[in-house]
Amino acid sequence: MVVTALAIVRVSDLFAAVMLSGIYGLLSASFFVALDAVDVAFTEAAVGAGIFPLLMMLVLGVTGRYEKTKLVPIKADVVKKLALVLALLVTGALLVFGTLDMPIFGAADAPAQQHVNIRYIQQSPTEIGIPNMVTSVLASYRGYDTFGEVLVIFTAAMGVLALFSSQLFSQVTASKNKAKNEMHEHNVLRIVSKMLIPFILLFAFYVQFHGEYGPGGGFQAGVIFAAGIILYTMLYGLDKARQVIKPTVLRVLCALGVFIYGTTGVVSMLAGGNFLDYSVLANDPVIGQHLGILVIELGVGITIAAGMILIFFAFSQQAETQLGEQ
Amino acid sequence: MYYDLYNYWMVIILMMIGLYIVIKPSNLIKKLIGLNIFQTSVFIFYISVGKVSEGTAPIFSSTHSVYSNPLPHVLILTAIVVGIATMALALALVVRIKSAYGTVEDDELQEQDH
Repeated sequence: MVVTALAIVRVSDLFAAVMLSGIYGLLSASFFVALDAVDVAFTEAAVGAGIFPLLMMLVLGVTGRYEKTKLVPIKADVVKKLALVLALLVTGALLVFGTLDMPIFGAADAPAQQHVNIRYIQQSPTEIGIPNMVTSVLASYRGYDTFGEVLVIFTAAMGVLALFSSQLFSQVTASKNKAKNEMHEHNVLRIVSKMLIPFILLFAFYVQFHGEYGPGGGFQAGVIFAAGIILYTMLYGLDKARQVIKPTVLRVLCALGVFIYGTTGVVSMLAGGNFLDYSVLANDPVIGQHLGILVIELGVGITIAAGMILIFFAFSQQAETQLGEQ
Repeated sequence: MYYDLYNYWMVIILMMIGLYIVIKPSNLIKKLIGLNIFQTSVFIFYISVGKVSEGTAPIFSSTHSVYSNPLPHVLILTAIVVGIATMALALALVVRIKSAYGTVEDDELQEQDH
């Protein structure tokens, strides 16, 4: 990973840098598996190695591929660079010095493994009744946090839309067929991904509803689902994809997910519990927890998938418009 | 014993490389890639803190009794998705800067503003 990161520092071809950051994302995903964080690895593989490089490449299509480098290095620049490296070395050294006081890597008696963690591990299988502790902490114990995070994603998606608002829903005729024609010759790609896309989407649903028992959940399912649709968009062009899923529907879905999440909280309040306390949703607290987690994970999944696809549509629309102008 | 802290040191190295990319190149896209590296280093730090030796993934099973800490996993998995959403917002801003100024190089932007 360090090697990849250093390579990113060196290259001035931004396309290569983006590809390298994709590799970097995949490496960190495998690293997370090695550290037992399977749920995280799932997400990182879909986001770091999938969606992030794709968005970057779309932006590169607009802003240009090469970073401008000065041919003759100016002396002041070299001094600045040295000062920067020195400052970073000092900061790094201070941080390393700070780690000397840290508990040994993997120690079971480290402060981080005490307190709430013990309760999560010992109680959650009986209290919540689902084996995947990550899911029960995410959806039940820390339901408030997750609600906030879903809201952040919703807001970010809306922000992107607001920034691109003037162009997004206007039909651009000049660039309409450009992306479609480019991909037309790649028959192997088209047919292989046509076969793959249903499985990607099916897998997303599996991850969504199996999240209580194995690694998975709304966050992962959302990004995997979005990745499937994005693959379709890349191969068949934005116009075709917008016929499959209308942006208006997506906007409604994006809000609907947040709505489902919030409503679950309010319903549990009406049933006599606290906000997002699912135990009161059914006669048996464990069944109530099951129900609550299932519903809010669905809300999370809908918002994330719709939000990611919306963001991607907005970017590719922007890229097509700019290419059409040039 | 210092070998045991190796993971944290790698995190710090990655973090410094990320910071360098954020500060040095004047290209805004490159800066965002650097920000991504910086961010991932923090993720790795959290996950490393949650690791317990001989532990397994925190999914209950009758054959295992030692699990890694699920809390950092939760925090980071949501942070990754939030990270890509905010990154998309940043990229959208870059695109708008490009259409308004015609460049994404930081120093050229400065020149145009003065």
